Amino acid sequence: MSIDQSTAARVAKLARIKVEEDALPALADEFNTILGFIEQLNEVDVDGVEPMTSVTPQRLTRRADEVTDGNQQAAILANAPDAREGFFAVPKVVE
Amino acid sequence: MMADLNKLGLAEARDALKRGDVTSVELTETCLERIEGAAALNAFVHKTPEIALDRARAADERLKAGDAPAMCGLPIGIKDLFCTKGVPGQAGSRILQGFLPGYESTVTQNLADAGAVMLGKLNMDEFAMGSSNETSVYGNAVNPWRRKGDDAQLTPGGSSGGSAAAVAADLCLAATGTDTGGSIRQPAAFTGTVGVKPTYGRCSRWGIVAFACSLDQAGPMTKSVRDGAIMLGAMAGHDPKDSTSADLAVPDFEAMLTGDIKGKTIGIPREYRMDGMPAEIEKLWSDGADMLRDAGAKIVDISLPHTKYALPAYYVIAPAEASSNLARYDGVRYGHRAKLAQGDGITEMYEKTRAEGFGYEVQRRVMVGTYVLSAGFYDAYYNRARKVRTLIKRDFENVFADGVDAILTPATPSAAFGLGEMKDADPVQMYLNDVFTVTVNLAGLPGVTVPAGLDEQGLPLGLQLIGQPWEEGDLLNTAFALERAAGFVAKPEKWW
Repeated sequence: MSIDQSTAARVAKLARIKVEEDALPALADEFNTILGFIEQLNEVDVDGVEPMTSVTPQRLTRRADEVTDGNQQAAILANAPDAREGFFAVPKVVE
Repeated sequence: MMADLNKLGLAEARDALKRGDVTSVELTETCLERIEGAAALNAFVHKTPEIALDRARAADERLKAGDAPAMCGLPIGIKDLFCTKGVPGQAGSRILQGFLPGYESTVTQNLADAGAVMLGKLNMDEFAMGSSNETSVYGNAVNPWRRKGDDAQLTPGGSSGGSAAAVAADLCLAATGTDTGGSIRQPAAFTGTVGVKPTYGRCSRWGIVAFACSLDQAGPMTKSVRDGAIMLGAMAGHDPKDSTSADLAVPDFEAMLTGDIKGKTIGIPREYRMDGMPAEIEKLWSDGADMLRDAGAKIVDISLPHTKYALPAYYVIAPAEASSNLARYDGVRYGHRAKLAQGDGITEMYEKTRAEGFGYEVQRRVMVGTYVLSAGFYDAYYNRARKVRTLIKRDFENVFADGVDAILTPATPSAAFGLGEMKDADPVQMYLNDVFTVTVNLAGLPGVTVPAGLDEQGLPLGLQLIGQPWEEGDLLNTAFALERAAGFVAKPEKWW
């Protein structure tokens, strides 16, 4: 499978990373190198093999559905690039 | 007062503290002074002398009171990936510039509770993605080792390059690292130090900036196997805040270091004999097997047939998880936000923020991960890789079921290479650094690298031992026997 420039642009868009038009050919080439390497996986017979979901046999533990933390508005907003009136501020989303 | 207190290991320093030969303040001040004098290595990127001295004074009080826990008063460095309350932590990335964690990672809290003294944060590849510490926003960390008669700067390896450089250069007694595909073990091998990657679930991942959650594990980077055992014991333990943390008792790893490996079976996997492997590495490997045989172990040839597919599976799974984990860096909650142009909306904010904040290797891996998870490719790439991962783990289960206690392999395909030397290589060439280590992460196993010799150019080379799940104690004992037999004592000559 070969990735062309428009696919590279689409992937960049999906990843929400701005890639300039003139950088797309080199990016597509690198994707192709990496995907070419990954293609080796097609040699493996995986019929009837379960995809791994957990590397250790332990089940994820459950916990009681209780509030254990909270009321930390100031601490949560402390690292925000733009926080106003107790909220995260972002450019206008809804017209 | 001894002049070179910084050169002590954890065990020696602990014993000296207990005897009252030194104080933690003296140890800590010596390390802080050496850190100041080692700017050329670019290992420590955020220094915390006030925290260090506060903890050292508190440790001296506890020592005086006869109430000294396992790491009481021992000065260590912390990889920048660990969140430590009120201390800048940016995972080597521009996108987390200015981030001040409001909480403490479980591992660093465990270390603090054990009395350890934090000297500062250590350089690393951005988001732990790299094998040479060349993707860091802080610039390259530099290996204290140099080739004989050559002053070219070498990589300390990656991603825990700052940790490895700091321990090898005696700027601290030990350091934390994290290992997703080899990021503790490869830099340890490149710097003549010991690196332990525990069983997946042994150390809590809570408060460690996530790269690939199903693979990431924290571990110690130390000057000896004994120190690794001491520090792993202090880092490990069940944590309800990490749902993959194992609810198992942490044994006294140090007490298990008897050096007696009589009757143990050590496997030599034939698939790790790569085409074009340097003769020096091949010799080191067979010498290592001889040492373990001489110590009473039985050496057997084994097969791990899916080894070849570990790296390609890793380079699907790790970027896929990274693309999901790194989605949180959106310029809203923390870190960098791009300056916006007139009329830019929220999508432009995301796209510009992430283009400015992420370095090139991180962008590339996030996009590869996005691609392999995208509609139409999820089965072909991601699900196939997870099935191959099942087979890789099964390979190990089969040899362990046949009675193999541990597996001996080289740690890396070469000694440390020059900074900038891989600049023009394609990304896959750099990924090959992890060829011997990545299987261990995919299978969730414990692994340890031990320095075992020097190459022709005078650079350290390491061997790796892989153990059964949760058997770090037995694994470290085998590593201890190998360390004693190898008798590696070389240190880099000070030039910085």
